[in-house]
Amino acid sequence: MRTIFSIGIDAVAYGMVLFTISIGLSIMMGLMRVVNLAHGAFAMIGGYLASYALRSMGTNYAVAIVVAVGGTILISAPLELLLYRRIYRKSDALAQLLLTIGITFFIIGVANFIFGPTLKSIPLPAVLSGPLDIGFRMIPTHRVFVIACGGVIVLALWYLLDRTEFGVRLRATVDNSDMAESLGIQTELIYSATFALAVGLGAFGGVIGAEILPIEPFYALRYMVVFLVVVSVGGAGSILGALSASLLLGLADTTGKYLAPEFGEFFFYLAVILIVFLFPHGLFGRAH
Amino acid sequence: MVTMWWTEEATARLSLPPELVGVATIAVLGAAGFFLFPEDLAFLTRLIGITFLVLSLDLVTGYCGVATLGQAALFGVGAYAAGNACIAGVTDPCALLAVGAAGSALAGLLSGALITRFRGLPQLVISIAFSQLVTALSNKLSSVTGGSDGLSGIVPAPILRTFSFDMYSRTAFVFSVVVLAIALAFLMRFVRSPFGLLCRGIKDDDLRAQMIGAAVYPRLIVMYGVSGAVAGVGGALTAITTGVVGLDSVGFERSAEALVMLVLGGAGNLWGALTGAIIFQLFEHIVSATNPFHWMTLVGLLLILIVVFAPRGMFYGASVAWSKMRPQRWLR
Amino acid sequence: MTLLLGLHDVSKSFGGLHVNRDVSFDLVSGDRVALIGPNGAGKTTLVNIISGDLTPSYGRITFEGEDITGLSIAHRAHRGLVRTFQITRLFSTLTATENVALAVMQRKGMTRRFLSVAGSSSDVRSECQELLQTLGIGHLAGLRVSELAYGQQRLLEMAIGLALRPKVLLLDEPAAGVPHDEAPKILEAIERLPPDIAVLMIEHDMDLVFRFAKRVLVLANGKLIFEGTPSAVTADEEVRRAYLGSYADARRPT
Repeated sequence: MRTIFSIGIDAVAYGMVLFTISIGLSIMMGLMRVVNLAHGAFAMIGGYLASYALRSMGTNYAVAIVVAVGGTILISAPLELLLYRRIYRKSDALAQLLLTIGITFFIIGVANFIFGPTLKSIPLPAVLSGPLDIGFRMIPTHRVFVIACGGVIVLALWYLLDRTEFGVRLRATVDNSDMAESLGIQTELIYSATFALAVGLGAFGGVIGAEILPIEPFYALRYMVVFLVVVSVGGAGSILGALSASLLLGLADTTGKYLAPEFGEFFFYLAVILIVFLFPHGLFGRAH
Repeated sequence: MVTMWWTEEATARLSLPPELVGVATIAVLGAAGFFLFPEDLAFLTRLIGITFLVLSLDLVTGYCGVATLGQAALFGVGAYAAGNACIAGVTDPCALLAVGAAGSALAGLLSGALITRFRGLPQLVISIAFSQLVTALSNKLSSVTGGSDGLSGIVPAPILRTFSFDMYSRTAFVFSVVVLAIALAFLMRFVRSPFGLLCRGIKDDDLRAQMIGAAVYPRLIVMYGVSGAVAGVGGALTAITTGVVGLDSVGFERSAEALVMLVLGGAGNLWGALTGAIIFQLFEHIVSATNPFHWMTLVGLLLILIVVFAPRGMFYGASVAWSKMRPQRWLR
Repeated sequence: MTLLLGLHDVSKSFGGLHVNRDVSFDLVSGDRVALIGPNGAGKTTLVNIISGDLTPSYGRITFEGEDITGLSIAHRAHRGLVRTFQITRLFSTLTATENVALAVMQRKGMTRRFLSVAGSSSDVRSECQELLQTLGIGHLAGLRVSELAYGQQRLLEMAIGLALRPKVLLLDEPAAGVPHDEAPKILEAIERLPPDIAVLMIEHDMDLVFRFAKRVLVLANGKLIFEGTPSAVTADEEVRRAYLGSYADARRPT
């Protein structure tokens, strides 16, 4: 018999994992107008790299995260240069769909080939496992860690986009890329940097969220739907949108599964259809 | 720059209606399958069932420009409808096809109303959500669908009361081929109709379509209804000939596969759907017997190559090389 | 002369930006009206409101006496209120004939048919041929839109407009972007428009205005500041002020 509090904590933690992974997708959609169905695959690669680093290379958790994020960015860079550049800002939905599904399938196949089809766990360091006593309750430390990470990322991204030079250029390019170019902003560089940021965040989310979203080859497709829903409900390119959508959906999914498990995700997706119908550009999005 | 499929060449040269060429092609292919691969007729029959799904997807994606990952849901609905009807006592195969078509047509109208309302990301997400909704519902309503175990015990009566279904799937295969030929003839006529032409116009520029006085949204919903009917026939056919319906019939992995097959052959003219479906499934049958994940890697690579090098589909690319440059002759 | 189109105090704002203010005028059958004004005056917005692409923030639009302010684009086109676009919009993968045929069939209500072949009606075929001939592009019937020169595409767009048998035709800068050698064809086509329809033309080219317009409407800062004959336009003080002499080729009437 679980308490509302513990369900709530689980929901918020799940929401934060969703946020951490999906915010990259949202930014890519907002800036490069690319629906990157391979985003889940990049999160998965992060998870696999961390798992490998921790279990086969014997590094500690922090180093594993660095390996995961850095490694995923490195792996994705040639894909960005050779493939993604062709579909930036083009409105051909089908081409984007097919290219990114193709990349996803390819990555799934390769992941299975290298790591096999079984679940890969990412063992938590001692400080993060076990319960945390916050006075009136005990919460799994990992959940707190995930929630804290999410919070830090929200603040860091807000700062990056609102207060730094890079952020200004990024927002200018989103608004009007031709104008930005004629002002001397190197849009190609912005796209690459943003891509790396998006992928890096995704990989990070894949690592810290592995307790909730386990790492196995079909991760890339299985959770991609959820990430897409987060971006679509929250509104592409909006941090606040991605955050609210993630928490909302995290709550909806967790409570739904608790209250009516035989219905599975029926009510969840019903809610999704309703929300997207009423707010096609998301709760906080802008029409393109 | 105008390309003609070899069938259009045949049509133009011999002044044959495309519907006839379509039926003839199916007949030839069917005969080839029947006599060359008598051991594999069960597989070939399933192949034909999926071909219906790909054809139905071509109607909405190739002819109307809708980006959807929810088409398999319509296929599944037809399968479940036919399966249940059979178990309930309606055992005539032709009646079952009608039941499947009707059920899926209704589902098609509903999903069309949802999916075609917007374009771009909202459209894609709604299509996926619809598909997941149907999957969840199929899981829940296990009295109707058999849940995760699937629906079984579908035993159809002999076709036209004479041809009973045999163990080697001979009857099933011939039945499927005939149904495909009829369906293809109808579809070829349908896409050349004024309605079909308008849908192609809507795909090109829906604002322009409105500017000539055509209400776009209702038209797309109707197209979805037709597409649903086609998918439903395929689903019903699969239910009848295999005797079972599984949850994977509705999943969005199935939709994604159908999309790959469509794009492989080339969307926007029914031949691409046909060839893509056949070639893809043949290869899958051969390759994935060894290792399903290698198959995924290959398909992924193939998709990437298609988008980069031959965005209109492999067979469009090939026929560009073959045919001569000639103005499109619409009025003969 | 029947009253066809009426605008009553039409206004449009985007947030705090007022693009059109209290615009009122009428179009009667046989009208040839030019809508001119400096850039940013709100001409295209106004045409968008008339055709239904935008809804006005305030005001009414009537067509043949009926209020059509809430009517969709498709409905308005169906009633005979047709527009062409400044940047050509055509069905890009279809041929010239198919483009016109769709308009003809839509008008006749034939686009619901799903079992007949689109080319089979000889009425439709001959009407398409006729329309294309009238605009001088009959010889391009079988070509795809992508194979047509820009000027020919503009003519095709006019053919589509005419195929709908409009009562009111809105031409948004019909000669814009057309290379010099192709312009005469467009001018001829405009001259040969059916005499009983009302034509509202947005134009920047004063030569065209003097050649075709019987009346001129001048829009500046969203308001209608002048309505009168072409010869009176250039003499009007307010108009000259609005343009601040930016029209280098404005002619003085003789």
